[in-house]
Amino acid sequence: MIDVEFLGPINKEPMKVDISNLSQLREILKNDDEVSTWLDTCAVAINDTLVSKKDIELSSGDKISLLPPVCGG
Amino acid sequence: MENLELFEGSLEVEKITNGWYDKYKNSNYGAIITFIGVVRDENKIDGLSFDIYEPILNNWFNSWQEKAKELKAIVLMAHSRGDVFNHESSYIAAVCSPKRRIALELIDEFVEDFKAQAPIWKYDIINGDRIYAEDRSTAIKGYGLLS
Repeated sequence: MIDVEFLGPINKEPMKVDISNLSQLREILKNDDEVSTWLDTCAVAINDTLVSKKDIELSSGDKISLLPPVCGG
Repeated sequence: MENLELFEGSLEVEKITNGWYDKYKNSNYGAIITFIGVVRDENKIDGLSFDIYEPILNNWFNSWQEKAKELKAIVLMAHSRGDVFNHESSYIAAVCSPKRRIALELIDEFVEDFKAQAPIWKYDIINGDRIYAEDRSTAIKGYGLLS
């Protein structure tokens, strides 16, 4: 299972999903009303490292984080 | 991670900046530049509130420390979590460098990259509500991977 967490202002509890790549995650989240509107602007991290491509093999226990637009300071 | 400090609520500016100065004044840095961010009274806000995702913030800060090290400089940062009211400080950044020009350039790049990339989310506090500052926020590089 893969843990998925939603950071900052995305109002959604973490979830566990049975997937092996990010394309499968996209299919799940685009049908989720709480998250779908965030997908265009979110960055994605796997195990706390930001990633820039979808073709990454996921392993059980991996953690995916969705990071919406930021504004520190 | 002693050069990156996170605090609940507003920053004690004098304590933090004096602490940095005392710690590094004998290290032969010819230039120490401090940037202090202060919450402005605007748009009817009572203050700002912040969420921070520490693991990725630490990675971001470490990569900046490496970059500074190549220039024989160091970077320092303090930031608030939770609520910070108007006219208080939520963010301090500093650069210590042997050379003035490097310090001036580095503080500019460090603060701007912080604004664009550091995993911190800002909310306006208005009448006790916490409202995401969506219009002032910047999507992190690589955004839209799942769109």
